[in-house]
Amino acid sequence: MIPTPPGPGTGTEAAKIGAPPAVEVRDLHVRLDGVPILTGVDLTVAAGEWVTVIGPNGAGKSTLLRAVGGLLPAPDAVRIFGTPLGALRRRERARVVATVAQSPVVPPGMAVLDYVLLGRTPYIPPLGRESAADLAVVDEVLGRLDLIDFRTRELATLSGGERQRVFLARALAQGATLLLLDEPTSALDIGHQQEVLELVDRLRGQHGLTVLATMHDLSIAGEYADRMVLLAAGRVAAAGPPREVLTEQLLSRHYRAHVKVIPTPHGPLVLPTRPGRHP
Amino acid sequence: MHQALKRGPSFPPAVIVRPAGLRKRWLAVGAFAVLVALVAGVSLGPVSLPPGSVAIELLNLLPGVRLDSGLTEREIAIVTELRLPRVVLGLLVGGLLALAGGAYQGVFRNPLADPYLLGVAAGAGLAVTVVLTLGVGSGGALSGLPVTIPLAAFVGSLGAVTMTYLLGAAGGRSRSPATLILAGVAVSAFLSAGQTYLLQRHAESIQAVYSWLLGRLATAGWQDVRLVLPYFLVTSLVVLLHRRELDVLSVGDDEAGSLGLHPQRSRYLLIAAASLGTAAAVSASGLIGFVGIIVPHTVRLLAGSSYRVILPLSLLFGGAFLALTDVVARTVAAPQEIPIGVVTALLGGPFFVLVLRTARRVLT
Repeated sequence: MIPTPPGPGTGTEAAKIGAPPAVEVRDLHVRLDGVPILTGVDLTVAAGEWVTVIGPNGAGKSTLLRAVGGLLPAPDAVRIFGTPLGALRRRERARVVATVAQSPVVPPGMAVLDYVLLGRTPYIPPLGRESAADLAVVDEVLGRLDLIDFRTRELATLSGGERQRVFLARALAQGATLLLLDEPTSALDIGHQQEVLELVDRLRGQHGLTVLATMHDLSIAGEYADRMVLLAAGRVAAAGPPREVLTEQLLSRHYRAHVKVIPTPHGPLVLPTRPGRHP
Repeated sequence: MHQALKRGPSFPPAVIVRPAGLRKRWLAVGAFAVLVALVAGVSLGPVSLPPGSVAIELLNLLPGVRLDSGLTEREIAIVTELRLPRVVLGLLVGGLLALAGGAYQGVFRNPLADPYLLGVAAGAGLAVTVVLTLGVGSGGALSGLPVTIPLAAFVGSLGAVTMTYLLGAAGGRSRSPATLILAGVAVSAFLSAGQTYLLQRHAESIQAVYSWLLGRLATAGWQDVRLVLPYFLVTSLVVLLHRRELDVLSVGDDEAGSLGLHPQRSRYLLIAAASLGTAAAVSASGLIGFVGIIVPHTVRLLAGSSYRVILPLSLLFGGAFLALTDVVARTVAAPQEIPIGVVTALLGGPFFVLVLRTARRVLT
């Protein structure tokens, strides 16, 4: 029911058989209200890959995600599975790309079932109503995310972790193979952060999803990402596997932070240190 | 969470839960309310007629129906030529105001939005004041022009909304719904100032202007109904067809955009339709307050928060509410009429408090 992406497996495999990358951004410039936010960003995400964009506040992470999601005018700079964004109609695009915003609006009085059902919007004729097939997809997604018992609950009454699962369910109901997650864990405690990211990773494996995320917690970001992109002042400052991006030198230069990076078998751990206390 | 990590449980849920939508039960209640308002509105008045006979006489209006109601020729004329057009106008105007209010609340994601939010009231008020002070029969500068009050109100309303739109659009790409609301406030203040100035200079028209401002459903037969009906049809059609889109818009513009909608386009289409309907309602019956805000909220509290429920039911209950309010307005102090806007607020306020309290008790 959820479409599979072109070419299963990891990004490297997909790259070998020559499938177009899930996301290809070439020289993306974005100005908002005359202020340049992104100045020449290049980014490639292979199908099935998990890429996390990091960077200090104001670096343009959310803007990059919105541009890839088609919410900003960037007709030719962004290609999705080989097709320029500008060539896709909105509803076509919505079946391929799903976005979970940083803090999605929680409409008062809306039940979980109805919220997740909104994910079927790109399949419902503009003036029509949801079909039995749409309801079946939603029930399946709710079951998969263990949300069946929450169907009639008001979204506003759910906890942060539960809500995040509902937002993911809405994105999955869209049947999109490219998932854009803007700070999916910023409102969650450490346990729920892991819960949500594990869930995303498992769904990625099951459905061959491609994930492009932004995150602030560097250590946990490094644990889940295949590759990381460090965005600073509207440009890509570094890109590669976590151990190449999460270095003391890069982080201190672009975040102006005092950190210690400890390599572990899981990936680099980033520890903030207080300047002057630890010579 | 470990349960959530189970691999692909594609079981059908044991209990079927239906998504939000208009239940037939509520649709029946709404249709019944309209029928009650119709019969009550036609039966009650200076000459009271038996509701049963009135119902039969109403059925006789249907093609092919010929029943004996026992009413005299004169009573039948009261029903079909005097009261029925007034009740129908009440149904149309009330339905339009409630529908437009519900649509505005959805479009702006603002529970306080009402149909007059974007300057309709101030625009119509100024235009009507201009006509009453300078125009028809006043011996003023415009008295030679064939400008009627309904036409002035209609043009004034749409002119004000257009000004609001142009002012709001000056915000450029980044304009938000809030920009438009602020533009509406500015335009309203500007036009109201003009109106106040005119009234100061022409104190003799204050009575006439105020009686128009407070709203009335007095009609000259079917003429007003014929004028409002086309706008009623266009507005209801456009707004009702977008009821699902309003639900999608409620999750935010970015989300709606990533779900394949064009939020800005839907928003302006809905604003245009709702403003057109409001302008038609205002031109026929003045500024009737409260219906546009109280009816959609009552429906929301009682029947559900989806716009697929709110909009169609607002149309029905708004019409029934205004038609019944009009009965009160023209009978309580007969033969005098109380301005209907006063009655909607006097009845609507306490009723809304009652609904609010009841709904809270039921929900908690």
